[in-house]
Amino acid sequence: MKRVGVFICHCGTNIAQTVDCEKVAKMAGGLPQVAFSTDYKYMCSEPGQQVIINAVKEHRLDRVVVASCSPRMHEPTFRKTLEKAGLNPYLLEMANIREQCSWVHQDKEKGTAKAFDLVKMAVAKVLKNEPLSRSSIPIHKRALVIGGGIAGIQAALDIADAGYVVDIVEKEPTIGGRMAQIDKTFPTMDCSACILTPKMVDAASNPNINLLTYCEVEKVDGYVGNFDVTIRHKARSVDMNKCTGCGTCWEKCPTRVASEFDMGLGTRKAIYTPFPQAVPNKPVIDRENCLYFKTGKCGVCQKVCPTGAVDYTQEDRLETVRYGAIVVATGFDLFDESVYGEYGYGRYPDIISGLHFERMINASGPTMGKIKRPSDHTEPKTVVFVKCVGSRDEAKGKPYCSKTCCMYTAKHATLVREKIKDSQAIVFYMDVRTPGKNYDEFYQRAVNEYGVQYVRGRVSKIYQSHGKLIVRGEDTLLGRPVEVEADMVVLATAMVARGDAGELARKLGISYDQHDFFTEAHPKLRPVETHTAGVYLAGTCQGPKDIPDSVAQASAAAAKVCALLSREEMPTEPVVSAVNEAVCSGCGLCISICPYKAIELKTISERVHGKTRERQVASVNTGLCQGCGACTVACRSGALNLKGFTNEQILAEVDALCL
Amino acid sequence: MKLAYYPGCSLSSTGIEFGMSAPVLAKALGLELWEIPEWNCCGSSSAHVTDHNLALALPARNLAIAEEAGLDVVVPCAACYARLKAAEAAVRSSRRTKEEIEKIIDRKYEAKITVRSLLDIIYTEIGPAKIREKVLRPLEGLRVAAYYGCLLVRPPKVAQFEDPENPVSMDRLLSAAGAEPVDWGYKTECCGGGHPTISPEFGLKILKPIYEEARYAGADCFVTACPMCFTNLDMRQKEVGKQHGTVYNLPVFYITELLGLALGFEARELGINRHLVNALPLLKHKGLLHPVKGGRE
Amino acid sequence: MERVNLSRELLHAPEVSRELKEHYGIDITRCYQCGKCSAGCPVSFAMDYMPRQIIRLLQLGMKEQALRSKTIWLCAFCDTCSTRCPREVDIHGVMEILRLEAKARGYITHKHNNIFHGIFLQLVKRLGRVHEGGLIVLFNFLSLQPFKDVLYGLPLFLKGKLHILPELVRDRGEVKKIFKRARSEGGVSK
Repeated sequence: MKRVGVFICHCGTNIAQTVDCEKVAKMAGGLPQVAFSTDYKYMCSEPGQQVIINAVKEHRLDRVVVASCSPRMHEPTFRKTLEKAGLNPYLLEMANIREQCSWVHQDKEKGTAKAFDLVKMAVAKVLKNEPLSRSSIPIHKRALVIGGGIAGIQAALDIADAGYVVDIVEKEPTIGGRMAQIDKTFPTMDCSACILTPKMVDAASNPNINLLTYCEVEKVDGYVGNFDVTIRHKARSVDMNKCTGCGTCWEKCPTRVASEFDMGLGTRKAIYTPFPQAVPNKPVIDRENCLYFKTGKCGVCQKVCPTGAVDYTQEDRLETVRYGAIVVATGFDLFDESVYGEYGYGRYPDIISGLHFERMINASGPTMGKIKRPSDHTEPKTVVFVKCVGSRDEAKGKPYCSKTCCMYTAKHATLVREKIKDSQAIVFYMDVRTPGKNYDEFYQRAVNEYGVQYVRGRVSKIYQSHGKLIVRGEDTLLGRPVEVEADMVVLATAMVARGDAGELARKLGISYDQHDFFTEAHPKLRPVETHTAGVYLAGTCQGPKDIPDSVAQASAAAAKVCALLSREEMPTEPVVSAVNEAVCSGCGLCISICPYKAIELKTISERVHGKTRERQVASVNTGLCQGCGACTVACRSGALNLKGFTNEQILAEVDALCL
Repeated sequence: MKLAYYPGCSLSSTGIEFGMSAPVLAKALGLELWEIPEWNCCGSSSAHVTDHNLALALPARNLAIAEEAGLDVVVPCAACYARLKAAEAAVRSSRRTKEEIEKIIDRKYEAKITVRSLLDIIYTEIGPAKIREKVLRPLEGLRVAAYYGCLLVRPPKVAQFEDPENPVSMDRLLSAAGAEPVDWGYKTECCGGGHPTISPEFGLKILKPIYEEARYAGADCFVTACPMCFTNLDMRQKEVGKQHGTVYNLPVFYITELLGLALGFEARELGINRHLVNALPLLKHKGLLHPVKGGRE
Repeated sequence: MERVNLSRELLHAPEVSRELKEHYGIDITRCYQCGKCSAGCPVSFAMDYMPRQIIRLLQLGMKEQALRSKTIWLCAFCDTCSTRCPREVDIHGVMEILRLEAKARGYITHKHNNIFHGIFLQLVKRLGRVHEGGLIVLFNFLSLQPFKDVLYGLPLFLKGKLHILPELVRDRGEVKKIFKRARSEGGVSK
């Protein structure tokens, strides 16, 4: 005979307004093997938990049902309560009578009946619960940061400063990311490079940081504390140890191609560093465009290299390294503006994106900081800025706000007015969103001091006529259609997830939203963690954000990594799958179904009719298993069972409801 | 390829050139057209803006007849195309609408067949490459402003075959025929529909920038696939020019007329002599009226 | 301009939105008033309310004013607005619905437009097809501007573009019946 205690929570009036808690408690008291039941205003509060502890002792309870909210938030709370009361924490069941009763129903009578049903099911299940115990896994004290932009650099610096070794994997030949492309930063108008490059150098010179540039993550195995990551070192065609970064090779290289870093506004060589302050300042050969690789002729760079560092025979190299924690900081891409046929992007050269504009106003950029029309290199007198291109446009698939465009557009417009004295800067906007510190002041300055004209309305069409770009919008404050004859148009294009974000997410086993941004574990309370233990997020790969937000999130992710790495080992969740080897046929179906790669086959030997024979059975790695239960459903022989959610337990619940 | 043919009312009257040139071209391109017997008016915008039932039922009757014959429908007129396509979409999207429409027309219509514009058929099924092969009289030196208007491209979910902002089918077909399409900003702007006729006091204002932009882009003429666009641009051109102290002299062609000309047909059999803005001097000037050696019958 | 008593008007707002949503699947509450529709509209220069403002009137429950606007009669149904709307609101559809309702209530702010479409449909009803010559003559007569476009008449006739006699559908009874049944069916849901 077991002794179950049932505790019904009012959640203030959250539950009590639709569920008669007192009545549910009273009815629960009549259920078989229930030794005690009561209700209380806030079960999760300190005195509420004390009610449970006292009852366990007083009534010699050996199992507990708490009927309150979703277990997502408070299951850990009540498990601790049971521990304090001297019970195994897994002898707890929760009935969610808030989200599933009071929040979705209005009729109190029906709500009460349903709450009682849920309690009845929880009681039936808890009777079948077994005590479970946590085991522990070791923590490997090395961290991986994927992405070497400002978020990745900041996270790596913080982790390294705490004394842990950290590797940055960056797919480009240099770290620096998007921030390196930006000219000035709002709202202070600091030179972006001036505040970024010292950090890049810090990262390179920190003895705890290894820069793995021109590298990509190929494969991720393992689990928290013990990730085995295979990294592809792409062939640079340059020996990093011999190269001194003298630059002779790229000066002499005869092949010019459009520079990705300069958004195609300038050129680079086939052997190149993306920009002069690159870290490491050592080149790579772009084999697709290199004459030697295309035709077998040329070889100039190899001839001129004073240290013999150019090596055409290099091949990609794979390396597997073990890490305790991973920070994902892969950044963003820009929305493909060509989706806007009505804006003529791609048809008219003088319509550019905000990032093109950044390169254009950068003193070391392709135009030496001069604002020039790409078509004829003349100075534009009227520049129109269009905000929310892609962003907040459901018809184009991006309903979200990109968060940074209001500020950078104000910055761009200010710069136009500052650099071209007789210019007009006109911003078409829907809303101006400037909630950061000193942000609104910055925008107001653009309007009041720099005379930037803001027109509230979304542009409908841009076309070219008489050498001008005709921009059509409505001034919605005036209520009239308006037209601007512009010399250049700058589109504030949306931030979108990296094209390969989904692929990386699948490698890492983390989730991503409908726009391919990686999903945090909780939007408010766990903003830098993912649902996969040991994998953390920083910067725009999680959603649009500006530099201060990215840096703050990076430091937060680093703090989480440090907290993890500071431990020798960590407890694992015992709600995992278990194999009944006697029944398992070794078919391996569970292996293909497991999303966490937690199951493999192992060979066991057993004695059958006096003979020893070997056969294969499934084996669950409890460090990797996340307790999702997919394998238990797939298993045809019923050999797999999820601890805490056994088939028996689930059936007991069903019986309680239906019989 | 055999198709049910829906000419629509304009093609025997204000759009007579289209009515003449479309079947001639279709035949030359190997399309077999079966004119829907006893077809009725699609209701045009008049039904569209006055009565939902009528707007769907009038085109649906024609489609029902074609469906009985088991043929997809081809429509030269962009305006009729839009109405027929809308009826098809409405019937496909809702069972209830299908039943209501069937009751009104007292015929079975399940939207099993597909309505396509003649331009779509020529562009997608025959294609510029085939046209290039068949050209006997290249339209060399003819600078054309391809004017698609609204109904061929919008709403994109119904019209489907073209980009609603930067359509290219007529441009590419004309390039294949040897002409030079100009890049201009008014490809899909509206001609005003009935407004230039019903309310010239402001309707003509809608037309002016279309002439201006085409002229600025260096076009010699317009090409369209819509009798409404054609009539507005052709009939009102002199008047709008007069209002603004200018003569545009931009003949308007149906795409079928120009392609027919390129394929070697004579201007008269295509109806090119019937325009209000006389198109013959331009064609003569460009040397496009000469008889084709070993040409068409 | 007269001050709008919002607390009174807003009482109608939920009803106006619901009706459009339930009967026609158009959700005007989605409109965030960006003006992209009006900016691309070829007729907006002649309108009393921008298309965006028509939606705004409806959002505020001021349907009566929308029904009495000129805008709904000036819409050319070119669909540029709906095609470009970032919130996928069918503005064109709203114009259509409002015009039908305005006509039913006798709010006709653009008489010529109404006359034209009326004659057009009469011709289709009687002949099965439109006789464009008859259409123009009747329109000029009924809109009391008998000499409108008269200069175009002769050239059109000479070019074979206008015929004296109409083309007929032989079984015109069928088309007539469609008219009769369509009108008695009431509105077809979109």
